[in-house]
Amino acid sequence: MAKPPASAEALKEQFGPHLQYVPPGGWQDESIHPAEKLVKTHCCFCGQQCGIQLKVRDNHIIGFEPWEDFPFNRGMLCPKGVKRYMQSNHPDRLLSPMMRTESGFRPATWDEALGFTTSRIREIQSKYGKDAIAIYGGASLSTEKSYLLGKFARVAVGTRHIDYNGRLCMVSAGTAYKLAFGIDRSTIPWSEIPKAEVLFVIGANIGECAPITTDYIWRCRDSGGRLIVADPRMTPITRNADLYLPLRPGTDLALLMGILHVILRDGLEDREFIANYATGFEAVEKSATDWNPRKVAEITGVPPESIEKAAQWIGKSKRVILMHARGLEHQSKGVENCLAVINIALATGNIGREGAGPTMITGQGNGQGGREHGQKCDQLPGQRSLADPAARAYVAGIWGILPDELPQPGYSAQEIMNAIHSGEIKGLLSLCFNPLVSLPDANFTREALSKLEYFGVVDFFLSETARHADVVLAGSLHEEEDGLGCSAEGRVIHWQKSIDPPGDARRDSAILIDLAHRLGKEKFFPFKNPADILEELRVASRGGVADYYGITYERIDKEKGIFWPCPSLDHPGTPLLFADKKFYTHDGRAHFNVTEWRESGDPVNADYPLFLTTGRVVSQYLSGTQTRRIGALMDQYPEPLAEIHPRLAEQHGIKNDDWVTVTTRRDDLTLRAMVVKTIRPDTIFIPYHWAGTGSANRLTHRTLDPRSKIPEFKVSACRLSKASCPDLSHDDRPAHHNGAAGGTA
Amino acid sequence: MFGYEFYVDPSRCIGCRSCLQACEECETHRGKSMINFDFIERKDSITSAAYVCWHCDEPTCAQVCPADAIKKGEDGIVHSSLKPRCIACSNCVVACPFGIPKMMEPEQQMMKCDMCYDRTSVGKRPMCATVCPSQALAYVRPEEIARRREKPVNTFFFGNQKITTKVYIMAPANRDAIALDVVDYMWEEVEHVMVTAGQ
Repeated sequence: MAKPPASAEALKEQFGPHLQYVPPGGWQDESIHPAEKLVKTHCCFCGQQCGIQLKVRDNHIIGFEPWEDFPFNRGMLCPKGVKRYMQSNHPDRLLSPMMRTESGFRPATWDEALGFTTSRIREIQSKYGKDAIAIYGGASLSTEKSYLLGKFARVAVGTRHIDYNGRLCMVSAGTAYKLAFGIDRSTIPWSEIPKAEVLFVIGANIGECAPITTDYIWRCRDSGGRLIVADPRMTPITRNADLYLPLRPGTDLALLMGILHVILRDGLEDREFIANYATGFEAVEKSATDWNPRKVAEITGVPPESIEKAAQWIGKSKRVILMHARGLEHQSKGVENCLAVINIALATGNIGREGAGPTMITGQGNGQGGREHGQKCDQLPGQRSLADPAARAYVAGIWGILPDELPQPGYSAQEIMNAIHSGEIKGLLSLCFNPLVSLPDANFTREALSKLEYFGVVDFFLSETARHADVVLAGSLHEEEDGLGCSAEGRVIHWQKSIDPPGDARRDSAILIDLAHRLGKEKFFPFKNPADILEELRVASRGGVADYYGITYERIDKEKGIFWPCPSLDHPGTPLLFADKKFYTHDGRAHFNVTEWRESGDPVNADYPLFLTTGRVVSQYLSGTQTRRIGALMDQYPEPLAEIHPRLAEQHGIKNDDWVTVTTRRDDLTLRAMVVKTIRPDTIFIPYHWAGTGSANRLTHRTLDPRSKIPEFKVSACRLSKASCPDLSHDDRPAHHNGAAGGTA
Repeated sequence: MFGYEFYVDPSRCIGCRSCLQACEECETHRGKSMINFDFIERKDSITSAAYVCWHCDEPTCAQVCPADAIKKGEDGIVHSSLKPRCIACSNCVVACPFGIPKMMEPEQQMMKCDMCYDRTSVGKRPMCATVCPSQALAYVRPEEIARRREKPVNTFFFGNQKITTKVYIMAPANRDAIALDVVDYMWEEVEHVMVTAGQ
């Protein structure tokens, strides 16, 4: 059923990705037709959520102006932010709903597309049961849309299976922080970073994936702070690292246990903090006894002296910030990894005070806000648990239904795809998710999509996943609807609507509300606009951990963002968590958690002797649905490259720019080599932003962390061989790109 | 902008090329980027550097221009060549010790960084230094730059040529000038060394 109705080339011809290089009217047009207004809003790419001003004329975004008064980035932007405006007025934009035909897609009316969707959902549910329909969401959606989607799934569709692409982002961190602190948020605002004496960065390519954070780190070093970086690759911030720990992929937990071991061995822990504010220390202390630096060095490949030094610096400093991101979290022991970071912070008392604390660097545009109010499979608004009877009763009351009418927790994102593959789930409605590119084991995902009896997609471009859809509902860009976002530091911000959706495209929230009405649930969805949704969200979150009750658009505009929790209109917000040493756990204390070492789900052996690790480049965002359509960004890094060390290259007779084949237990991928000394010789790195023959996720595996259900993108076993130029005739990459291959310029 | 100076600190550069992308948004040369950017040697290192025109006090580009097409304003900004005068001879391109001027085709005109004249002349910061995520390019007040580890320097030696510039480079705290030639650091007279070397 849900195979693409035409060849990849034919669909690419019609729907792109095509490359947009110039603003509307050309480069010189703005001097003749200047902007009518500047709209203060935010970048749509990544969790930094930089403030930016969009230039608007005739319902078009024609350019940008830095927003220097916004306190987080003070005008700074990465290249994605600079070119963000090029996604507007894009030739690939879907201007009306599209229905699948025998040979492609045809424009349809909203009545036809939504009528079809409603009847398919009803037919499948009456034949197979309520839970045969699943809903996918995404963390680039505004908080209002995320909230609405959770309510839509549970009240309008009545399925328990809703989850989102944040499941592929930082859920390991979220799970760990909830276990330790009872709250899923960075413990510090970024303004604390320059105050630290030691910054410990593990598994975080900050220069490329959180570029603005670099300035905070450099300012910390200006004040005498020392920077420790642990990563299998020398990422850009490593150039100024005071200590670099080149660990083997998937061995972070061992390194962290080794550091804790030395801290405890040398008596550098903070006994007073542990005794007064934490629980569970003894068991963790015991678990660290075996992890001496020698043993850790053998597992991680990091010299024992470097482990000692890192531990001494952390243990002897008064203010330590420990930062982590996907490198730590994208593992089948991602939760353990994050807990091990937290254990170090707790053991040394580095929490709830100036210039100290563990922090996750959330990656997606609304990675924080999008995971707080109910589009996760086990969650209700306000970071409430769907399994908690009191939370169910409270939210059911707000929504006007009985608690028993609320579905129970459902499958996580990968589990939903597994259930589609096994035939348990028959229909899928997806908004803001491109699973064919972003889920692991892409061939499995493709097979699963082909089994769907109904597949609806809401999107502004025809993503590679949407090519498999029965119906595509033309939705809205970030700048086409008001909404809240929440940045990596926990600052709730206002995405100002700048323009209306073009053509017959509609605001995402309007599409969901219309669908809910057609499903007969009109009275539960009386919303006219995002402000109405926010009013209900504020109340639904009230009293929860992520309490937004005191947050309004007006307050945000005036105060340049508000850090949640913010329980009342006169509450100033909470930039620094735990300043009063009170935690959100049941006993009010911080919890140590014992971590257990496990091997990767895709172990290296004689047949697959190398590590494959996937990640990001600075010029692309997530699955590339937006950024692979922006010419300047594609020129910067046009195609995926396999980063390999000269020693490994030499072993295989490979030179820079040669074609190589990387093979894992799932599939093989042929791409060009980028030979650099900045990666471990036993490791290959491939960025994942591309589709089709350039898709790194054809190689990755579906092993999940048992608690967070995050896939293990950062550790696969692979082998390498030299190749000849592959057949690129079925390539999903744009056909014409020029400029130097990224990184080798 | 009064009281603000331009500082370049390659040690802070993370190679993101935000400056390159933002430069072409500048009103005076829209669609064309005037930033000089390089990975030093990507094979060996992630170190990269982005820089703008240094806006020399006595610009070599202007000195060698046979058409008198390159002008320095009273504010110290050295501008792109004047279109009616420029004969596209590329003398400036060859002569600039920093490698800044670019001969643009098909305009047949030398263009270069003018420190976003459209912006700085009306009280805004240059595009590149405003957006730079690592502040390797910074347009700030001297008191702000004084908080950094490195020290601003605007004197360069290229062999016997001493160049002072409007734009500063951040140098190790114990340096007053940047010299690129080992000879400039030697105690002996270079001629003497060469005579010995030739024996």
